[in-house]
Amino acid sequence: MAISRRKFLGCLTAALGTTTGVGALAHAASNKDFKGYPDSFGVLHDSTKCIGCRKCEEACNTVNELGKPEKPFDDLTVLDERRRTDEAEYTVVNKFNGVFAKTQCNHCQEPACASACFVKAFKKDKTGAVIYDESLCVGCRYCMVACPFNVPAYTYNDPLTPKVTKCTLCHPRIIEGKLPGCVEICPKEALIFGKRSDLVKLAWTRITEKSDRYIQHVYGEHEMGGTSWLYIAGVPFDQIGMREDLGTTSAPELTSGALASVPIVVGLWPVLLTGVYAIAKRKDKIAKEEQETAVQDAIDTATEEMNKQLAQLKDKMTKEQQTAVANEVKKALEEAAKKAEEEAKASEEGDADPADAASGEEEDK
Amino acid sequence: MENNSNQPYNWFTPFNILTAVVLGVGLVLTIARFGWGIGAVTNLDNNNPWGLWIGFDLLCGVALAAGGFTTSAACYIFGLKRFHSAVRPAILTAFLGYALVVFALHYDVGRPWKLPYPIFVSQGTSSLLFEVGLCVFLYLTVLFIEWTPAAFEWLGFKNLRRIVVKLTLLLTIFGVILSTLHQSSLGALFMIAPSKLHPLWYSGYLHVYFFISAIFAGLSMVVFEGSLAHKWLHHKMDDTHLSEADGVVLGFGKAASFIMMGYLGIKVIGLAVDNNWHYLGTGWGAWYLVEIIGFVLLPAILYSVGAREKKLKLIRIAAAWTVLGIVLNRFNISMIAFNYHLPAADRYFPSIPEIGVTIFIVFVGITVYRFITAKMPILYEHPEYKEEH
Repeated sequence: MAISRRKFLGCLTAALGTTTGVGALAHAASNKDFKGYPDSFGVLHDSTKCIGCRKCEEACNTVNELGKPEKPFDDLTVLDERRRTDEAEYTVVNKFNGVFAKTQCNHCQEPACASACFVKAFKKDKTGAVIYDESLCVGCRYCMVACPFNVPAYTYNDPLTPKVTKCTLCHPRIIEGKLPGCVEICPKEALIFGKRSDLVKLAWTRITEKSDRYIQHVYGEHEMGGTSWLYIAGVPFDQIGMREDLGTTSAPELTSGALASVPIVVGLWPVLLTGVYAIAKRKDKIAKEEQETAVQDAIDTATEEMNKQLAQLKDKMTKEQQTAVANEVKKALEEAAKKAEEEAKASEEGDADPADAASGEEEDK
Repeated sequence: MENNSNQPYNWFTPFNILTAVVLGVGLVLTIARFGWGIGAVTNLDNNNPWGLWIGFDLLCGVALAAGGFTTSAACYIFGLKRFHSAVRPAILTAFLGYALVVFALHYDVGRPWKLPYPIFVSQGTSSLLFEVGLCVFLYLTVLFIEWTPAAFEWLGFKNLRRIVVKLTLLLTIFGVILSTLHQSSLGALFMIAPSKLHPLWYSGYLHVYFFISAIFAGLSMVVFEGSLAHKWLHHKMDDTHLSEADGVVLGFGKAASFIMMGYLGIKVIGLAVDNNWHYLGTGWGAWYLVEIIGFVLLPAILYSVGAREKKLKLIRIAAAWTVLGIVLNRFNISMIAFNYHLPAADRYFPSIPEIGVTIFIVFVGITVYRFITAKMPILYEHPEYKEEH
């Protein structure tokens, strides 16, 4: 088949193109270098500036229409309690030895909840927000098991439409070009909204410029693969209720190994199991054949033995028969001779008695 | 088999009365659960989203129903035909076990009418729970098909029965694959939360541990259930079942002991890989050793002694002991060592109604099992199909 130079070059280009394409895909599929959506937003919380006024809690309540709180937001005694986020409060501020820490969804770069959800009810949006879709949620609460920050809550007392509740990063407001409720209201600028990449730089600038005021750690920069919320503080984070032992491995990576073994099992188990079955079956077959051979051998040997005995018997019988015949013949001849002798004797003696001769014949039989 | 039919059946046995009471209470709790929500009957909270209904009904239910795939694999794949009479009861227990797991999930999840969502509406393929859900759904179907010959024999559908029986090997292989996957994935569920599960129980091998322990859990459950059935349903068993039963107990006891020793081996490897030895000296370490030595090593030794001396009673005790050990292990991972870092006030303990629902579900299972073994050829072979294997 002839092929023109132009065609050949065309094919070569196509082949190279495909190869490059596959290479690009392979690179994109590896999550080793995952940095999150570019230009996604986040919030930096500077704990050193927080005065524990609970204004952020109030704004959150208003924006998310969470209803009247148990205690009014100007009641600051609740700061001494240990509170967590729940269906009534998407954000809470706790006080630890005079230092305040704000808790809400950290909007992970690679969210544990989204990775854990078996109906994709959680989605990491390009704005940086982790959004929850109530209409898909079955209510298994695996997201709450998975979340390393213990943020998602559940409306356990709702019998018909229970749902997971958590901070939305005010995603609807961000789309409208507004700030998240808590950031907007904060009177001390302890909360700063911006591009995450800029916030990381800002955090480190503050830490570097006032190194005596800050701990050398931007919480959320690397924790669990990084979060959209970032924190800087003047005391170690584990003293203000934030775990420092979470590590930097993202949640999806923690389970990727176990998930990856699934297709391997699907691929290999049929081979292994059918193999085991075939071996077991073959063993049975061989055992059966061996048994049959053994039985056949036994039958053969027995038959041979029997035939031999039979032949011997036959031989013996034939011999005996021959002997018997010979004897009979001999006997008959002897008797005939005797008779002839007697007849001769009788004729010599004159008239013989016929009855005597007849009875003598009968006895011979 | 119908030796009771000529005398009127006595409904008022102590066990039947107990069953009626439990089912009645369960019905009330069911109304409370679906009328007033999960919060009305459970002690679950935002820190402890999974409790007894996941720890026992799901994790233990699935592990203890592993007898179905282990027994059918032993008989049909490994060719150990002498276990044939154990296959049907094991398949039935497995089928009921999985059906009850799904039934129990309706109580635990918030909107049970959406349980088909992960399979038919929105597939969260990155989730191990999706893996579990898909496999449990498929395996329940497989178990149902594997169980149908008994029903067909009872109903006299010969042609349908013949078709299903021809599929035996295929169904068995499919069942082993699905079981491998979801048994292990149940353990892997917790791999996403290394910060919440105590390091002695958290491991990168969690999925392997769950799979291997499910095998000896299933074997033990077959022996355990068999000894209960012999006590109460002896009259339902035919000569084949009775003559093979001792061999099943001995064989399964030997296998369980062997696998448990292997399990101990990989547990030690896990300790070494994560270098968790120093935790053994703590209170959690003592509790861990109770589980590993008290509820794996000791019953494994009892199993091996029983198998060597051919003492069926020892094997039966070891089986019950091992079943308890599996329950302890699953409780440790899902509840006791989970959230170990939380202050005591935030820890979980099941409420009385929660425990009530779990007992109710167990009794539903026992009642259905009794009905099916009374009506269908499970513990005996149907006289018309005796010559077929």
